[in-house]
Amino acid sequence: MNLLSPSTAASTYLSPSAFLPRHLHGFSSATLKFSNKLWRSRKQNTLNLNTERKPPRCGFNIGNNVEIDLLLEKRVIEKMLMKLSRCKRKAGWNKINAKLELKPPPYPLNALEPILSQETLEYHWGKHHKTYVDNLNRQIDGTDLDEKSLEDIVVISYNKGDILPAFNNAAQACMLVIAWNHDFFWESMKPGGGGKPSGDLLKLIERDFGSFERFLDKFKAAASTQFGSGWAWLAYKESRLDVGNAVNPLQSDEDKKLVVVKTPNAVNPLVWNYYHPLLTIDVWEHAYFIDYQNKRTDYISVFMDKLVSWEAVSSRFEQTKALILQREVENERKREEEEKLKSGEATAEIYSDSDVDLDAE
Amino acid sequence: MATRALLSSKTLARVVRANAASHSRGLHAYTLPDLDYDYGALEPAISGEIMQLHHQKHHQTYITNYNKALEQLQNAVSKADSPAVVKLQSAIKFNGGGHINHSIFWKNLAPVREGGGEPPKGSLGWAIDTHFGSFEALIQKVNAEGAALQGSGWVWLGLDKDLNRLVVETTANQDPLVTKGPNLVPLLGIDVWEHAYYLQYKNVRPDYLKNIWKVINWKYASEVYEKESS
Repeated sequence: MNLLSPSTAASTYLSPSAFLPRHLHGFSSATLKFSNKLWRSRKQNTLNLNTERKPPRCGFNIGNNVEIDLLLEKRVIEKMLMKLSRCKRKAGWNKINAKLELKPPPYPLNALEPILSQETLEYHWGKHHKTYVDNLNRQIDGTDLDEKSLEDIVVISYNKGDILPAFNNAAQACMLVIAWNHDFFWESMKPGGGGKPSGDLLKLIERDFGSFERFLDKFKAAASTQFGSGWAWLAYKESRLDVGNAVNPLQSDEDKKLVVVKTPNAVNPLVWNYYHPLLTIDVWEHAYFIDYQNKRTDYISVFMDKLVSWEAVSSRFEQTKALILQREVENERKREEEEKLKSGEATAEIYSDSDVDLDAE
Repeated sequence: MATRALLSSKTLARVVRANAASHSRGLHAYTLPDLDYDYGALEPAISGEIMQLHHQKHHQTYITNYNKALEQLQNAVSKADSPAVVKLQSAIKFNGGGHINHSIFWKNLAPVREGGGEPPKGSLGWAIDTHFGSFEALIQKVNAEGAALQGSGWVWLGLDKDLNRLVVETTANQDPLVTKGPNLVPLLGIDVWEHAYYLQYKNVRPDYLKNIWKVINWKYASEVYEKESS
């Protein structure tokens, strides 16, 4: 049954499942078919896309023009952009004159043998990842976003919350995230990896999971039970309550903790405010099918034993802590400024209730 | 090698044994259904290697886990352990759905020499022309939906019994078609999980979708359609 959304002129279709209760993390299971007509901004104004252009087309794993079905909500997409725009990954996105480049993993494609074969990396990076980047390039071709680095695209498009029409297509955001996830994934591994982390990170793991072994169990379980395609993450969660990211009134350092989360398809925990990813494993079948066929648990075990680059994870951890500290300092500063402003206004609003000029007395 | 699924004494014996094993607990244990054709019979559209892995590994795993989940469910229900009952639902949906979907899928395929790929005639052919314009239009629609599906899932040609019309739907992961509507009957399902085509087509899902039509068994789809649309 096709329902027409009440405020669009025509073609936004919502399936009946759009009205089902939402998933815990804020995704509805609605499928939105995007047409080249209307896209509502956060402030509920309708924005007309540039209808002279051909409709933005993008698809996963394809070469031809196909409309994309996305399981993402608009709100989620906005959050994705916001989070990615804050993410200070220097080496991630190459700024070059032409299109976005496909960045290779930080090791040769055969370096992860015999755990992940060269063939797997050739297909996973050379075909899948490349397709995502190519599709993204095709999306931004001819728009204002062409010839900018990916990080700039994200920042410009997010436009401090007022998403620009040029980035109207959620498919672009999806491609962006999935390409980002893959970069993150390659950098989470290294030849001769595995073992245990050390220092602050190990202490925090032991504090939040009990022991390193229990963290491993939890991570492996999350990766195995991510039914279908998706990712499992080790993330650092800021001091927020677990219910709808409400502010924690009694913040303490203990509330900043490591968590294991799993996400479906192309989702990244960055979009759930205050989660900072540190480590990821790709559990889409294409990541392990050539080497492990259907034995996902074997792939996960060997990934944790022999591939994880704890150096990369630790350095991300340090960056995250610095970022959080910086944000806290800024928030403090803002709060102090606001208070000063308020106290200033307060004196201005006192009215004398007599005509007597106080100064004359 | 797959054997013909006739009601031979071998098949009957297997069924009886399976039932006997679970009869003591009153729980039906599902078993892997045989294919009506050899693993290599669908070449070159789908390779024998894929068929073997798909049938013997993936489908078998779904069945094993489904049986396990049902047993745990039975225990939980008998002990009135509600949290456990609720916790098992996602495993049942995933593995049970996987078993249902794949059982239909094997019947949706047939070797070329046994009629695979022949367009449907009769009432189903007529219904397709009415609802989609032409057989080619249907194929295009299914391929488009299948290619656009993000991640893992299925693309279906189904019959809406209430409205008595054909629909093309997609479901995510292993959700069976009924999750999109209780009045939907699956006529034809195409598995677009990566395991269904990766070894042969790698990341080019559209090629897989283009080629699979050569081995689709429209006779089965017509039978189901005739039965359900009356």
